[in-house]
Amino acid sequence: MAELTYRQAVAAALAQEMARDERVVLLGEDVASGGVFKTTGGLRERFGPDRVWDTPISEQAIAGAAMGAAMAGLRPVAEIMFADFYATCWDQVANEIAKIRYMTGGQVSMPLVLRGANGSGGLGFGSQHGQSAENWAMCVPGLKIVSPAGPAEAFGLLAAAIRDNDPVLVFEHKALYGGKENVPEGEHVLPLGRARTVRSGGDVTLVGLSITVRTCLAAADELAAAGVEAEVIDLRTLVPLDAAAVLASVARTGRLVVVEENPGQLGWGASIAAIAAQEAFGDLVAPVTRVSGGNVPLPVAASLEAEVDVSPQRVVAAIRGLLDRGKQVSGTRHRER
Amino acid sequence: MESPDGLELYTRMSFLRRFLEKVDSLYRQGQIHGPVHLGLGQEAIAIGAASVLRPGDYSIGTYRGHAHALARGAPPDAVLAELLGRTGGICAGKGGSMHITSVEHGYYGSYAIVGAHLPVACGLAWAAKIRHTDQVTVCFFGDGAVNIGAFHEAVNLAAVWRLPVVFVCENNWYMEYTPIADVIPVARPAADRAAAYGLAPVVVDGNDVLAVRQVIGDAVAAARNQQGPSLIEAQTYRLKGHSGADGGSYRPADEVARWALREPLLLSRAALLRAGTAEAALDEIDSRARAGLAALARDVLARPVPDPATAWTDVWSDGGWQWRN
Repeated sequence: MAELTYRQAVAAALAQEMARDERVVLLGEDVASGGVFKTTGGLRERFGPDRVWDTPISEQAIAGAAMGAAMAGLRPVAEIMFADFYATCWDQVANEIAKIRYMTGGQVSMPLVLRGANGSGGLGFGSQHGQSAENWAMCVPGLKIVSPAGPAEAFGLLAAAIRDNDPVLVFEHKALYGGKENVPEGEHVLPLGRARTVRSGGDVTLVGLSITVRTCLAAADELAAAGVEAEVIDLRTLVPLDAAAVLASVARTGRLVVVEENPGQLGWGASIAAIAAQEAFGDLVAPVTRVSGGNVPLPVAASLEAEVDVSPQRVVAAIRGLLDRGKQVSGTRHRER
Repeated sequence: MESPDGLELYTRMSFLRRFLEKVDSLYRQGQIHGPVHLGLGQEAIAIGAASVLRPGDYSIGTYRGHAHALARGAPPDAVLAELLGRTGGICAGKGGSMHITSVEHGYYGSYAIVGAHLPVACGLAWAAKIRHTDQVTVCFFGDGAVNIGAFHEAVNLAAVWRLPVVFVCENNWYMEYTPIADVIPVARPAADRAAAYGLAPVVVDGNDVLAVRQVIGDAVAAARNQQGPSLIEAQTYRLKGHSGADGGSYRPADEVARWALREPLLLSRAALLRAGTAEAALDEIDSRARAGLAALARDVLARPVPDPATAWTDVWSDGGWQWRN
């Protein structure tokens, strides 16, 4: 095991895959000098200028060039520095990259990765550099979506994304880049579409993604002190979605709280909630509950940002409400545990 | 590579013309589901450009892309089946008129978002540069595309990375229904912007197939020899409206009449006659193409429609569509 920061894990995964497959090439703004988040450090020196390409500030050109190169058989990894910038190249991502395999009747493959810094995390990046943008991609068939919650996931899921033959958007959380964790030595790849149970518990299922896994764990610790055991599921990927893992957990706990950092308006949590409502109705003893970022653009002043960001306290409050609710309704169908 | 003579180029253009006329007629009969955008009158650009490309080269175009796919060798029956929604469509019925693609023949797609494919062309050319091959990419787009941001980002990237790509603006003087002069402050939509990317302004008569062949041929040779990208403005004119549903009535009658006298087949025919080709030989080429297309349309129309179950294939590389378990 080696202890790596999340940003080191990103660089290490890129290096692992570039060493393994010469078709893997990088492009993006400032990537040759290591990137503004220091996720591509040393790669140009190690792999040479043919493998690591600095671009102009031209997100359409970056995403489009990645697409063309992927059609020609390379496996490009393009950095979109902040996920907010997907808005400037959304045509390339949503209209071209996502659809070209289907529109051509399977004539081309699109083995590319778009990756970059996502999310708020209370860092004061505001409305144009601090959004959690996974939802933007989730309504477009043809895009896979990865959001690692820690260094080991940042490494293993990025490696899997690069090996995948479909387009994958990897949302790295900017507030997690400095966090450390032990990462397995040697080749490390995690499958896409497999959630991880990070904490077991029988009273309520908490579903998180990326930074909200941390939020869920903090809430679970606080609840444990009060005798409530929460199960925490880290989704890892939104597409493919491991709905079965969520449903299996809900079958044990009877309660589901989905915690997402983005605004709740049509957030990914709504899809999870809808799936649970439709497919786990008989297991539920309380309403499916969502805790999400506020439905406002992200403010900057720390006091305002904290007001709208998700927090362990808000998750705990939501769960307390559910437990009370469960007591009221569970008399007739108390769960055997 | 074979070097086609004027008669061969005429024959190829004649086939394209009859193909597009047949598509127009099928559209008017209600046989085509969705819009069509015909390249009638712009055949010389597709044929002239394709005639200088090698099998491994890449080309890429717009929703007005039937001609560019066929010019690279896409099978006419598969293109027609795609347009008519029959089995054997070149995109399996999932692309339709605006997305004709034939990767097997080096034509990497028709894109229906104006300008979107210029960055993609950069990527095809970038792959060739990384691999140190001598493959060239030719990217076709309309005059309207020079006003969209992707044009600027792509030509700039191609210039700074010195990519082996030839951008060919098919200037037919109308951005959909609007004269290009109303929406661009320079006289030549592509050529007058070349200097901004350190490129030479190149204009060619897009209705003269031999001129197109010469000018695009030079640019392709330069790209192949690692001399970087080119931006070419090929001036032409649509014989019909923007799309099948558009009669083109916004264009002055005298302008339409003027251009009709110098459409590519007439120009090519006149040159061949001057050079001694018998008129009957040219007529024979035209009538053979017409008869071939009539038979082809009958055959394709007789085919079954795609199995509805195939709507669920090819979202992902595993062949399926599932996004969750």
